[in-house]
Amino acid sequence: MIATRPFIRANDIACRRGERLLFARLSLAVEAGEALHLAGANGIGKSSLMRILAGLMRPFAGEVEREGAMALLDERPALDTHLPLGRALDFWREVDATPADRLDTVLSAVGLHDLLDVPVRYLSTGQRKRAALARTLAQGAPIWLLDEPLNGLDTASVAVVEKLVAQHCADGGLCVLASHQPVAVPGLKRLELAEFVV
Amino acid sequence: MIWPILKRDVVLLLGGGRRGGALLPILFFLAVAMLYPFAVGPDAKLLARTGGGVVWVAALLAAILPLDRLVEPDLEAGFFDQWALRGLAEEWLCAVRIFAHWLCFAVPLMLATPIAAVLLGLSGEQLLTLELGLLAGTPGLAALGVAVAAVTAGLRGGAALAGLLILPLAVPLLIFGAGSLSTGGEGGLALTAAASLVLVALCPFAAGAALRAARE
Repeated sequence: MIATRPFIRANDIACRRGERLLFARLSLAVEAGEALHLAGANGIGKSSLMRILAGLMRPFAGEVEREGAMALLDERPALDTHLPLGRALDFWREVDATPADRLDTVLSAVGLHDLLDVPVRYLSTGQRKRAALARTLAQGAPIWLLDEPLNGLDTASVAVVEKLVAQHCADGGLCVLASHQPVAVPGLKRLELAEFVV
Repeated sequence: MIWPILKRDVVLLLGGGRRGGALLPILFFLAVAMLYPFAVGPDAKLLARTGGGVVWVAALLAAILPLDRLVEPDLEAGFFDQWALRGLAEEWLCAVRIFAHWLCFAVPLMLATPIAAVLLGLSGEQLLTLELGLLAGTPGLAALGVAVAAVTAGLRGGAALAGLLILPLAVPLLIFGAGSLSTGGEGGLALTAAASLVLVALCPFAAGAALRAARE
């Protein structure tokens, strides 16, 4: 359970990449228990918005407020590719001081138990995505920022991710996910980035 | 949080994985020391007089080899972003990496130096000064390596550029380090250590700023 109530709020932010203003005057607020779907076509700025929310990039204008630890999933798994999956995940378990049973639960949820001996570089795209998801979820942060979490996943895994997000929000966490695919999570709010393009 | 990161840094830099190992720069270092007598001839006096300087130059050249795997692979794999999310300052991470790099580069280098000294016919006294000089100078060299690797990470031709950047910046270490051999004085060693300390103090901040700038 999560002690303080996490939230993430963005006020009137704009994002510029190079000479191009991707979007402007964007405000959003996600409170504990809520999930938000950032939708839009490729290149519209979903990943940039995600990095701004994560605090990895400064917005061109506006500000972001947040309360609570964040876990980010993006296109880079941040797992040592030459190590077996189990040891690659062990590194993050040590860094995050994750209880062993939580990692175990997460691994069963995403169905990776049989692959722990396989070096990360031999994993398929979908398996790698699930491995990155396991790393993100095992962190135990109340705020989940998932950038294209469904890319490369089969339909069964997509359903698992949707269920995990719903469960996380029911437990008082919050989730922002960016995807160009439809996502089925109960009570999911939707933000169309196309409305803020200048 | 820092302990597992230091452990991972050391394991990755020491060897294993796709990033080569700590052995390569040392073999390169010894190869330079071995080739030098072939180039200048077997004049023992000349070798003994110039050998210490050659060891320093060889050490400097060997320091270039690991530069491209110091920062860039982790930056590309997203490790630094994940650490940033956990509230770890880039400066801190770079300081840890400098220490790991020093352990994996400088310690084997100092262990290989007696072999190089034999190849060059250096006396025991010269070897001692050389080792003390390397002990004083290599932390600065390691710090410089991480800072330069962070600045050039993600650039096209970054590896070649890193080599070009680090050499002029390492000149003070070379002058004082090699200089301590000819004067035989502690003054040279003290100045090497001073230059080294300045680099160790400044480089984590330079490297951290470079990593943050690379995100924008």
